[in-house]
Amino acid sequence: MADHSLSRGARTEPRWVRWILTTVALLFLALFLVVPLAAVFSQALDKGVAVYFAALHETDALSSIRLTLLTALVAVPLNLVFGVVAAWAIAKFSFPGKSFLITLIDLPFSVSPVVSGLIYVLIFGLQGWLGPWLTEHGVKILFAVPGIILATIFVTFPFVARELIPLMEAQGKDEEEAALVLGATGLQTFFRVTFPNIRWGIIYGVILCNARAMGEFGAVSVVSGHIRGSTNTIPLQVEILYNEYNYAAAFAVASLLALLAVVTLIVKSVVEWKLKQA
Amino acid sequence: MRLFKIQNNVLPGFGPTMAYTLFYLCLIVLIPLSALIFKSAGMTFHDFWGTVTAPRVLASYKVTFGMALLAALVNALFGTLVAWVLARYHFFGRKIVDALVDLPFALPTAVAGITLATIYSGNGWIGRYLEPRGIKVANTPLGILVAMTFIGLPFVVRTVQPVVEEIDSAIEEAAACLGANRWQTFRLVILPMLLPSLLTGFALSFARAVGEYGSVIFIAGNMPMVSEITPLLIITKLEQYDYKGATALALVMLLASFTLLFVINLLQRWSRRFAD
Repeated sequence: MADHSLSRGARTEPRWVRWILTTVALLFLALFLVVPLAAVFSQALDKGVAVYFAALHETDALSSIRLTLLTALVAVPLNLVFGVVAAWAIAKFSFPGKSFLITLIDLPFSVSPVVSGLIYVLIFGLQGWLGPWLTEHGVKILFAVPGIILATIFVTFPFVARELIPLMEAQGKDEEEAALVLGATGLQTFFRVTFPNIRWGIIYGVILCNARAMGEFGAVSVVSGHIRGSTNTIPLQVEILYNEYNYAAAFAVASLLALLAVVTLIVKSVVEWKLKQA
Repeated sequence: MRLFKIQNNVLPGFGPTMAYTLFYLCLIVLIPLSALIFKSAGMTFHDFWGTVTAPRVLASYKVTFGMALLAALVNALFGTLVAWVLARYHFFGRKIVDALVDLPFALPTAVAGITLATIYSGNGWIGRYLEPRGIKVANTPLGILVAMTFIGLPFVVRTVQPVVEEIDSAIEEAAACLGANRWQTFRLVILPMLLPSLLTGFALSFARAVGEYGSVIFIAGNMPMVSEITPLLIITKLEQYDYKGATALALVMLLASFTLLFVINLLQRWSRRFAD
């Protein structure tokens, strides 16, 4: 495979340089990505398959799984609707302050998870804005399920919108205009013309949003109150088990989230391939 | 001019979608964030300053921002290398490696935290080779660096990789024709083209590491003055019902995030100008 043409010779390095660079890059990724990922499953199965499944069948583990599913089931659809609506307004129309609005939507990504949780304590906590009123009326938000869901909505807020805005901007609005001129209503135009064009983008945003919603730790940790069997999500359950030196159980529960991460990466790659084709 | 453009758009639904966008944005993001600012406005400046410059707090800034900076540097170096290798070279399993780079985005931070703490502990997969050589990672600032490097790893790769892919081959050919060797071409021609996106990735990775909590606390050991990060200090203050102290620290963190966000926005504008 000698490099005959100028274009190949000018655009690539000698074989030994390529080989060294590739090896160093792969070693770095192996050390920081492959080893941890393998370690999760190895630790989870360390005490055998029986212990692994027993840890997953434990009552507190099951209740944490239920709470995590519930949280994602509320947070993801709400942020999906917001993402689609916001992308329509932002990508299909021009108005002053557009890039500022996009920055505001991205804001939750740049806030520390701990701070994201704290702001809900400041609103719903006993010393917070709404705290006294809520206590009076017997509504529990903080250290209860609603607080966990709210904090999760906050940290996963930008995912769908930031995926769809550039996608819909790139697609322009010619097809929608054609549909409208041909007599379609606004909703028909959206569901028959826009939606088929953005469905892979929606799946992409939803899968990333879901992974974060199920895995969020810092923000949820601040608002949950850590009540076993009632306000613990899977990541919080992992923390409790780990701090009790129950490593096999901690990693067994953690392996569920690691599996979710692997599935997320696979779906993400498939969707990226589909988006490139489109 | 711009208002005229809106009226000229035949697409329906700008009013209601924009109204809902602003409503939901205020409800979920802006009002809660403003609570933090209003609550800290209730403190006297003296109290605020005393809280945010206490010795234990200052030590936490040092370790948080210091380690985040080092982690971002490690990621800038290796992230550029990984981006280059993924964009330019063909090797077995490249697609899988490419997908795997996003693992730190997908793996929940608590899972990353307990896993890193376990493999870098004295009898862990990696720790057992390091500790006999006198390198302690778990329960030291070095552990914080490892966790922050993990969490920030995808940023530089994902900002630099598309730029490498889109470099016009004519530019490199021109450099070669004019007599530059490969290293000169990289240093004098390619690197300047990568710089805006490289800096953007560096800043994103730094910003993420500064606020990181879940993956760090398990491996850090959390010794006050030595390996205690600022987000953990906020939680400690909350658990002691010191709401004012927690709010003051959170405000410092928020201001740091906003500053970084501003810098990142400028960098992104710069890289987009480069791309055009």
